[in-house]
Amino acid sequence: MTLLGARPRIAVIVFPGTWSERDFAHVAVEVLGWEAQLVWHAEAELGEPDAVVLPGGFAHGDHLRTGAIARFSPIMAAVEAAAGEGVPIIGSCNGFQVLTEAGLLPGALMRNDHLEFRCDWQWLRVEQPRASPAWLGELSDGETIRLPISHGEGRYVADEETLDALEAAGRVVLRYAAAGGAVTHEANPNGSARGIAGIVNERGNVLGMMPHPERAAEEEVGGTDGLRLLRSLERWLQEQPAAVERGL
Amino acid sequence: MRWLAEVHVALRPGIADPEGQTIGSALQSLGYDSVSEVRSGKLMRIAFEADDSAGAEATVADMCRRLLANPVMETASWELRADEEQQSAETVTG
Repeated sequence: MTLLGARPRIAVIVFPGTWSERDFAHVAVEVLGWEAQLVWHAEAELGEPDAVVLPGGFAHGDHLRTGAIARFSPIMAAVEAAAGEGVPIIGSCNGFQVLTEAGLLPGALMRNDHLEFRCDWQWLRVEQPRASPAWLGELSDGETIRLPISHGEGRYVADEETLDALEAAGRVVLRYAAAGGAVTHEANPNGSARGIAGIVNERGNVLGMMPHPERAAEEEVGGTDGLRLLRSLERWLQEQPAAVERGL
Repeated sequence: MRWLAEVHVALRPGIADPEGQTIGSALQSLGYDSVSEVRSGKLMRIAFEADDSAGAEATVADMCRRLLANPVMETASWELRADEEQQSAETVTG
């Protein structure tokens, strides 16, 4: 698809200790031809981007709890406001941890049950992609995708009531799975409750996921399934009424 | 006046604690067969200023609620005491 006029523009938040911001920016700019702006956590303004990325890493050294300090960074007030306005926001890995600490998504991410850092390719079952058209519009319910994971604290926990409510509302959108799509104990890399790898907020604009879509955007790195989330965003932006005004 | 708070952050009952389990296994392998459970947690000692005991108590409660413990999986408890050493030092210099 040829883009005319303005290109999608993403803001990628950088905390002290973030490590995936350049990968996200590389994919946005070099692979997709978008614009990407790295926004330091001490800034107060996002600059009205089309979407916000909270990338992976170890913000503030993961001290106290992952994401616990980052959620109080000045930029987070702007991120929370953007979330309230319906701006698409994705938090991957450490970004997911920050989103839960900030209360933008329920639950928490804790130390992997086996206490090891896990860096691997992981199969994921996609569920209820309609819950987040902005991030998952190009994916199908029940399909299996393959993305890298890279974390020591990815075990999703929430009380039973919250887990039931998330599932009832169709807000669990990614689960750790075997290659064929079966969600099994063996396929779960960190002990996450109910195999949960990704969830969305009620409105569907905020997606938190432990896997790294930005690390699966070119064949030469082993896969391109991550690109499909970003292409979902591109298409969603083009379909928004405001996109006409912006020339998307 | 200066206060010292000792804040204990513990995992809620029912939240799996792989670190505690691993420590428990290590203790058992050292021969402590009587160990049935280990739960890990965090200890933070915080020195701060407050006018009186009620104000100090309220401040610690607020610190725990806003930052020190995540209610999703943790609980916080604390012991609070006036920093006597600091106070006597102030009296001398004052």
